[in-house]
Formats: sequence, C-alpha cells, structure tokens
Amino acid sequence: MDRAKELELKKIATEIRKSIIIQTASAGSGHPGGSLSGVEILTYLYFVEMNIDPKNPKDPNRDRFVLSKGHASPLLYAVLAEKGFISKDELTGFRQIYSNLQGHPDMKKIPGVEMSTGSLGQGLSVANGMALAAKLDGKNYRVYVLLGDGEIQEGQIWEAAMTAAHYKLDNLTAFLDHNGLQIDGKITEVMSPEPVDEKFKAFGWHVIKIDGHDFNQIEKAVNEAKTIKEKPTIIIAETVKGKGVSFMENEAGWHGTAPNKEQAQKALEELQKQLESLEVQG
Amino acid sequence: MAKIATREAYGQALAEFGEVYKDIVVLDADLSKSTRTEIFKKKFPERFFNIGIAEQDLMATAAGLATCGKIPFASTFAIFAAGRAYDQVRNSIGYPHLNVKIGASHAGVSIGEDGASHQMLEDIALMRVIPGMVVLSPSDAASTYECVRLAIEHEGPVYIRLGRLGVEEIYKKGELKLELGKGIVLQKGTDVGILATGLMVHEAIKAAKMLQDEGFSVYLVDMPCIKPIDIDLILDVAKVTGCIVTAEEHNILGGFGSAVSEVLIQNYPVPVKMVGVNDEFGRSGKPEDVLKYYKLTADEIVSKAKEVMKMKK
Repeated sequence: MDRAKELELKKIATEIRKSIIIQTASAGSGHPGGSLSGVEILTYLYFVEMNIDPKNPKDPNRDRFVLSKGHASPLLYAVLAEKGFISKDELTGFRQIYSNLQGHPDMKKIPGVEMSTGSLGQGLSVANGMALAAKLDGKNYRVYVLLGDGEIQEGQIWEAAMTAAHYKLDNLTAFLDHNGLQIDGKITEVMSPEPVDEKFKAFGWHVIKIDGHDFNQIEKAVNEAKTIKEKPTIIIAETVKGKGVSFMENEAGWHGTAPNKEQAQKALEELQKQLESLEVQG
Repeated sequence: MAKIATREAYGQALAEFGEVYKDIVVLDADLSKSTRTEIFKKKFPERFFNIGIAEQDLMATAAGLATCGKIPFASTFAIFAAGRAYDQVRNSIGYPHLNVKIGASHAGVSIGEDGASHQMLEDIALMRVIPGMVVLSPSDAASTYECVRLAIEHEGPVYIRLGRLGVEEIYKKGELKLELGKGIVLQKGTDVGILATGLMVHEAIKAAKMLQDEGFSVYLVDMPCIKPIDIDLILDVAKVTGCIVTAEEHNILGGFGSAVSEVLIQNYPVPVKMVGVNDEFGRSGKPEDVLKYYKLTADEIVSKAKEVMKMKK
C-alpha cells in the first residue's frame, strides 16, 4: 500500500475513533473499548475493499459486512456516517429515545446495517447464510464478519465454523478482534478460547495472523483470503482494546463504560493531536 | 380414509411450492426423514441445506439467507426450534422481522415414545410472545398446505406447528382457503363454544357430536391461526354461546387457551375451561396411550363443556 493511501486511512481511522468517543459520551452509555479495537479493520473494509454504495444500500450484488460483536455499534455507525449511509448529525443521538441509532445494530432502522446483532455468537451463522445465498445464485459478492474473542466462547460460533468449512464458503472472510479482554478480565483467565488459530485450523479454516492496527497487513491478509479456494478464511487480528486513547488501552473496564465529560475531552484532545501529527506527515 | 400427518403434508407442500417459488430454500438439522423436508431435498438438492445437529446455527443461517431474498423454511423438532434456538429465533429472525418460516415438527405429547425431553408443550407460548411472529397450527393435511401457502405469501417470520401422528382429513385440498387471522367455523351452535387447534380439533369434532347426541348445540371452531388470532370470531362465539372450552396439545399455561382468554377478558368476559396438558411434562408411551393419560380426549372436552355451561350467568 502506498504511503499516501496509508496516511489517508489513518486519518479516517482517527476520525472514527473521535466519533466513537463522541457517541458514547453523548449517550453516557455504550462500548468504547471493543469499538476502538476494530477501527482499522472496518476502515480498510469500508474505504478500500468492499463493493458498497451508500446511494444503493440494497444492491443485491454488494459485499456484505456483519458486525457479529454487535456491541461495537459506535464503530459501525461512525464508519457508516463517514461513508455516507447515515448523516453525521445523527451520531450524538446514539442510544437516545428519539434516535434510529439503537444501542446494538438494527437493520430495520439504519441503512447500511446488514444484520441486527447484539446477542453474541449469531453473526457468523448469518454471514454463512449470506455466503450460501451467493453460491446458490452464482453471485460474486464477498461476505465479511467481525467476531469478538470473548464472543467465540459461544458454542454457536463453532457450529457456524463447521458449517462454513463444510459448505466450502471461500467467499466468506472472518476477522477475529483478538484484543485479549472481555468484561470480567482477560479471556485467558475467564474462559480461555486459546489457541484460537489452531482451533480454526482444526475446523477446516484458512488462518492468517496479523497486527490488527496495521493497514498493510490487513490489506495483505484480505487479498490472500480472496485467493483461497474451497475454505473460509479467518484473519486473527492482534488488537488493543481501547486503542488510540491512552487511558483506555488494554483495560477491561472500558468494555461497556462510557467516558464522562472530562474523560471524553481528554480522549478527544489525544485523538486530535494524533490527527494533527498525521496531517503534518502528508 | 387414509391418515396423513401434518408433518407429511408439510413436506409435500414444500416440494410442490418449491417448483413455483424458486427462492424457497429448506434447512434442516439432521431430521429431514422425520420432518419430511426430505421430500424437498430429493427434488431440489441444491436448495436444501443440512446444518447438522446445530439448531441455533440452523435458525441464524436461515436468517442470513433471508437477508439475501431467499424464502427459507427451517425445520427441526418443535422442542429444538422454539426451545433450544429461542434466542436465535427472537433476535436474528423476530427482531429484524426476517422472512424465515419455521416448520416445527413433532409438537405435543402425541410423538409418544420419545418422551418428555422431546414432547414440546411450551412452543405456542414461546412463539406467540415474539412481536411480529405469525403462529400457525393446522389440524389436517389440507389446512397444512394452506398454512404453508400463507407462510410463503406473508412478508415476515412464521412459526408452523406440526405433528408426528397421522390424522384424518377434515378439509379437502383445493376447497379450503385460509386467511391469516381467521378461524374456521365447523358448525354454529348456541349452548357452548368449542375452540380447538391442531390435533385437538379431531377430538373437538368427536366431542361436538357426543354433546349433540345429548341435545346440546355446539359452536365448533378450528383455529389454525393462533397469531394473529381471530378476535371477531372468538367474540361471536362468546356472545352467541356465553361459555367456551378451548382445546390444545400444549400446556394450558400461556398457549392457545390463554390467547383466547386474553381476548375474552379484555372485551367480553365469559367463563372458559381449558383442555390441555395440566402444567406437566410429558412421558413415554404409545401416542394413543399418552393422549389418554393427559386427558387430551373428546371425553375431557365433553366434561369441560358441561362444567363451563353450568358456570354461565
């Protein structure tokens, strides 16, 4: 990826991080930690990879993205607003009674949302269904899905993993947001799903491991996934929960707690500094 | 007359409609021989997906297919469809109002020998409290065919409750035309109303005849559509007869009888007696023995009818 492109994506990512803080702070509620860890993945998918058009959100040939870890809704909404599916004005209404921006993604209320999620463990099955439909119809669209690493404690994920391999869903690419934390602490201490790479390999998946905040690695992995035939691919992204906000990084406590006014201000100042430093570079 | 199980009629209907509606796909969880989705599978193998013994995956995969314009019929036993996969049905199908049709077979105690772990007596209660879920409970082959047709033509999730047991034909295919939210009046009467659904319609028909032979006039209704329920018909029965017996192959708590009672108590309260399983789990036995054991019989309907007539003001 050329440096200019990477810089552009980093700027978008920083704007999305600001939006996550603004949304959760406005609501006084929401999930900043796990939203911040998935920023680069969604930025790459929505601004480089996916064949999608905000003017035609129901195009039957579009690529699909399912946010299986639905609590990262601020991340999805920030991306959809940046891309033009929804208006940026809506974002401060996140989780409010008058707003369409539900606490967890609602496909009926928000253009660009491919599936209503929130109850963990279901999005991979849904993504499989979309991928199966493509195979049945001889369509070329690809299906992407983001899983949480706590989420994969849900048994249904492994049911879906079997299905994807059994039905040879090579048009499906999953990402694992491997930030190592869940609500009650480290995933390895609560109920360890490790080794995640060997597990998915054993289930018949092609496995790629990357730094989930590195656009070059994301690009390489997404492109590699597109070459794999007869197997689904999972990209295990090593990420940092709360990435981008110094006092949120690697803290389980920021899973489902919104920043208060002072904390939000501090976070936004940090992110603004990051944005300015990027602007100087390019 | 040959007996046909509603599950059998369902399987045949899927294969028939599958020819006309190319978007129909069928999913099962290793039970296609029992649920009869096997018939569709043989005809349209590329449109059939066996998800294996994984009912949560079954329901959410069907949801994904529905988002892409398919009309998925997801089948398994009622206990697993409404029980094990409840969250998936509620959150991945109900909440986004997706076009998934759940063909839930082997409902009730009449499955017989498999026993309580498989005898689903809670599914009407569970499914009807999901907003936007249509709940259908056909009594014979022809009404099953009609329910499948209604399900296909309806935009949104549908739960169809089917049985294992072969049953007599009540209606003739081609002569019956069902509407959502409408019950079927089998006969009008003035002394007592009997509202039945599913398997119990057959016992209700016998009970009505027994009561008639004793000189009672029975208003007899088959309710294949539990949600949306035929409010007007329920109220007509109440106004004309003044007392009602409901009959279902389900726990008397929360099911069809409760749905009928909710309508009456809010609009036109009349005494109601319910025939169903008295808040117990099932047990193993031959289907006819099990039905007798739980008093899911014409005799019980007659007995309850006489009780409720005594309660009339």
